[in-house]
Amino acid sequence: MYQTLKLILTTGIKTEAPPQADDSLRVARERLQSKILQYFAGALTIRHVDAGSCNGCELEINALGNPYYNLEGLGIKFVASPRHADMLLVTGPVSRHMEVALKRTYDATPEPKLVVALGDCGCTGGIFGESYASCGRVSNVIPVDVAVPGCPPTPFAIMQGILTAISTRKG
Amino acid sequence: MKLEDFNIELKPLPGAMPVWRGRADAGQWRAVCQQVRDDGGRLVALWGSDGSDRGEGYAVHAALAVPSGLIVATLPLAGESFPDVSDIFSCANRMQRAVCDLFGVRAEGAADQRKWLRHAAWPADVFPLRKDFKDDSDLRVQSSSNHEIRTTINQRRTTINERRAAIDDPRITNHDPRPVDDYPFVQVGGEGVHEIPVGPVHAGTIEPGHFRFSIVGEGVLRLEERLGYKHKGIEKRFEQMTLVEGARLAGRVSGDSTVAYAWAYAMAVEAVTGITPPPRALWLRALLLERERVGQHLWDLGFLGNDAGFGFGLAQFSRLREDSLRTSNALFGHRYLMDTIVPGGVARDIDSDGIAGIRREIDAVGTTVSTLREIYVNHAGLQDRFVDCGRIRQDQAARLGLTGLAGRASGIGSDLRVQIPPAPYDRLGVNLVVRTGGDVAARATVRVDEIVESLRLIGAILDGLPGGDIAISVPVAPENAFGIGWVEGWRGEVLIALETGANNRIRRLHPHDPSWQNWPLLERAVLGNIVPDFPLINKSFNLSYSGQDL
Repeated sequence: MYQTLKLILTTGIKTEAPPQADDSLRVARERLQSKILQYFAGALTIRHVDAGSCNGCELEINALGNPYYNLEGLGIKFVASPRHADMLLVTGPVSRHMEVALKRTYDATPEPKLVVALGDCGCTGGIFGESYASCGRVSNVIPVDVAVPGCPPTPFAIMQGILTAISTRKG
Repeated sequence: MKLEDFNIELKPLPGAMPVWRGRADAGQWRAVCQQVRDDGGRLVALWGSDGSDRGEGYAVHAALAVPSGLIVATLPLAGESFPDVSDIFSCANRMQRAVCDLFGVRAEGAADQRKWLRHAAWPADVFPLRKDFKDDSDLRVQSSSNHEIRTTINQRRTTINERRAAIDDPRITNHDPRPVDDYPFVQVGGEGVHEIPVGPVHAGTIEPGHFRFSIVGEGVLRLEERLGYKHKGIEKRFEQMTLVEGARLAGRVSGDSTVAYAWAYAMAVEAVTGITPPPRALWLRALLLERERVGQHLWDLGFLGNDAGFGFGLAQFSRLREDSLRTSNALFGHRYLMDTIVPGGVARDIDSDGIAGIRREIDAVGTTVSTLREIYVNHAGLQDRFVDCGRIRQDQAARLGLTGLAGRASGIGSDLRVQIPPAPYDRLGVNLVVRTGGDVAARATVRVDEIVESLRLIGAILDGLPGGDIAISVPVAPENAFGIGWVEGWRGEVLIALETGANNRIRRLHPHDPSWQNWPLLERAVLGNIVPDFPLINKSFNLSYSGQDL
């Protein structure tokens, strides 16, 4: 126990400042009223759906939980069921084998809801494209509010995408 | 066993690894597999190919590891079936079923003939990897606007609501009008037995797959995996690419092992073009591969703590991991080192500042990991969850072909870097890490020990790093050349089998992840454990979905 406490104290607080929202990441006009978004901004719950990624984006989503980014410190947390979620964070080109599961997850998420598509594949289909096995980008399958490019996008960029989705447009 | 003892004629292939290739007939196919098996060798990969566009038939290929290297046996087929070898190598079961899904050639006599990679995306009589397969609009989805999607979703919601209203109707078993994957799971009978279906969308941030538990109370009687959800046509995609373009895709077969795949791909391309990268490039590749190993192991150790309720472990290990990712980004331009290894060499060099930075990092990681090891070992609650949980005994591991990191935790001392070391590992002298416990604790210990060994190797690489160029240009590959890439990634051995077409194009490429071998063993590991221990056991294996779904 002594060692554990000592390591906690010597490590100190690593958390860095979060990014600002970026309107250029928006795919669609804000679908939700600013009043609702303000509620989300205080306590947002996210359900992640891997719809066919290479697992690269998942590494960076998981990195959001490390002490440097400390996503939960912003009142944003990942939940185990779409029933508990305000936002879907979707990675990958959508494989045709995941198409039904993704649509069902979308249906299971209560309104009002937001969708953030993650990574080059989520934005455009990426290197996998559209084929007999791949539906391509996420917005080919469910409506998308914000799309974050990158292969994979950095945790900072993912945070920015999430914060953009729950912010109202500037100007 | 000597190569002359095999009943097929074997010819050495050029390349960085010792590989021999031979043609077998149907009888020899089984005999070769049996010989390798009897001698303690293993099946590394089994895949199919279609030669119909050049007047040949289908063929199946097996990559078999023997003490001196790799034997690739090719069985040309007259018809649409080949002799089953899943009774010799149990891991062949799913590979043969995948060959059947993708080529329509069946393993004759195999006990398990169910589909594997195919769900509902393409019909049972369509075979995507056949050369005459047309990827036409019937199978594709048309891009549509958000408005159209929303309209169809609203229509579907109406349908679903109507069906919900009629849910008492016993005729309705499927609440969704779209085609589903009606997979015949094995059912367990008996009083009090029931099933828990889990996935494909899981509770955590992990890849999709389906697990069907048959349980009594909380005890697991049977687990059956249903994978293939991430099948996104990677092998077909390779066939649309040149050897240059393929490098990027190879690095995205399984994103967590991008360095291992990129190296294996580069090795295969260098084999078919007959080039050897400069020494400095090979040493830098080893540096990158060991950095990937350390990073993934740090990550897994953090999650193993977290899954046993010890969040401190995740916070500590994940900050070390983040430091290492940032160093990689600063030095090589990518946090996960994607696209850093390219055919012909590496894309980025390091200077003396970079070397100093890595040295500082390995010192810091080494010190903290040794403290964390002591904390983990002395934490009664953690050890209570780890020890004796999800055990694969050494005899099971040997019989069923457990490989890679999980194999080394069950007493299977196999590591390409040790037994068949490619340059520069032949100069570095890798110490084998092996444990016999076979449980979560053993898989955690192997990771810690491999971190320590990899940090030592990184130090040795920096000490011995030769000067010179970091890449040479890659000539155009001859047509119909065959090359193998074979690399010990952090999870186990990654194999790339490459066949070239005309104009520097990829004719056929099979990327093989060690997860193919280990997924069936996870089904064994959970037997007799309770359902709540499954996430911990699963994490201790940390297998790739994307790498096996392709």
